[in-house]
Amino acid sequence: MIKIDVDMTKCQHYGQCVFEAPEVFRLNADDKLEYTATADDSERANVEAAIDICPMQAIFIVE
Amino acid sequence: MGGLRAAESLRRFGYAGPIVAIGDEAYPPYNRPPLSKEVLAAEVSLEAVAFPQRPATADVDWKLGTKVVSANLAAGTVETDKGEVIEYSKLLIATGLRPKRQDYPNNLTVGRHVIRGLDDALALRAALKPGARVVILGAGFIGCETAATARKLGAEVTVVGPGELPILRPLGREFAAEVKRRQEHEGTRFAMGRRVADLIGEAVVEGVVLDDGTEIACDVFIEAIGSHPNTEWLEGNDIDFSNGLVCDSTLNVRTATDGVWPDVYAIGDVASFPNPIFDDIPRRVEHWNIPTECAKYIGARVAAELAIAEGAAEAVVPEAPFKPIPSFWSDQFDMHILAFGLLALADEARLIEGDINDDFVFGYYREGKMVGVAGVGMRSVVQGYRKVFDA
Repeated sequence: MIKIDVDMTKCQHYGQCVFEAPEVFRLNADDKLEYTATADDSERANVEAAIDICPMQAIFIVE
Repeated sequence: MGGLRAAESLRRFGYAGPIVAIGDEAYPPYNRPPLSKEVLAAEVSLEAVAFPQRPATADVDWKLGTKVVSANLAAGTVETDKGEVIEYSKLLIATGLRPKRQDYPNNLTVGRHVIRGLDDALALRAALKPGARVVILGAGFIGCETAATARKLGAEVTVVGPGELPILRPLGREFAAEVKRRQEHEGTRFAMGRRVADLIGEAVVEGVVLDDGTEIACDVFIEAIGSHPNTEWLEGNDIDFSNGLVCDSTLNVRTATDGVWPDVYAIGDVASFPNPIFDDIPRRVEHWNIPTECAKYIGARVAAELAIAEGAAEAVVPEAPFKPIPSFWSDQFDMHILAFGLLALADEARLIEGDINDDFVFGYYREGKMVGVAGVGMRSVVQGYRKVFDA
């Protein structure tokens, strides 16, 4: 399992991560980011792509 | 950023050999979007914007504060300002842009700013005191975002732009008029259809003179009038320089005579590339997501090419063309713009969701086919349209 953390003080809800790792990230009805705090190891590559594409660099994998 | 992402991508696709990364800034790669927002709005340091370094790229040889002054693509070498000549098997070019500057009869430098690098943002931050009088030349995204940040810091702000409306291209008339209205509601003043003819002041900028003779007093003058691709160091090589570095559909840099340099790739703002989502015309796309998309694509190709050169029989170079979905966003006061596609290609823009006075979405069409979508708020709706480009 991997553990995912988003710094919600940095996150501006641009939602770019949603397309890289849709199993982990989504925008809710209020356009705010929601995410799953843990994911299967198979999601690591997608989450790393989401980390790369986050304009605010707010996403982290907690090792 | 393009360089860092390329190095990470090469490692991800299995290349384990040496990587030399050369950059003229003294800082390690850092994230630019916060520069016109957080860095201006708060006391922010390099640490807050630097990209985290990953273990896979810990052995990259970073030559920071080092400028490449020339290249010999035929010989496969680049030369640095420290006199070092470096040979390469593959050259990945991510030299980006630099801000355009105006040249005035009274060409003062003190009190005059641009926004591109961290140093620029820190210098401007120091000047944006409450009550400061700010003139911003350029009514594009950077000009308008900076106006919003300066207003929030308590500055008096006038935006001067040659066009009829701010961000007219690519947003279109109706959307741009709404941007202007919301900016004005927050106290930003506009002098549209105007240019700055000259600066006023002895040693420091004390004001500007517009081309109609109007004088505006200011303490801070910001030029936000677009950028030049950094390609001069490549002069003397057989390259199509007609728009940055013109590339083919695999991001290989083209020669001036219809050929390509198979070992030379361009990444990000400096590259103009065709995008089969839209057509076969090469364009530069100055959006934040493009360097990362370029790096991902090039990393896969270059890692395979290098593996084949080393005799790996099973390696396959991906041949599918580069076709990223462009995306951009902009925050100005409470207005949060999100867009996908190439809006500037459109011959028609129309409201497709929401209310222009509140949250809304515009569709952008070329000959009836959607080429872009942009909204204020309504991000989930805007995102829903992205699949139009995801073929």
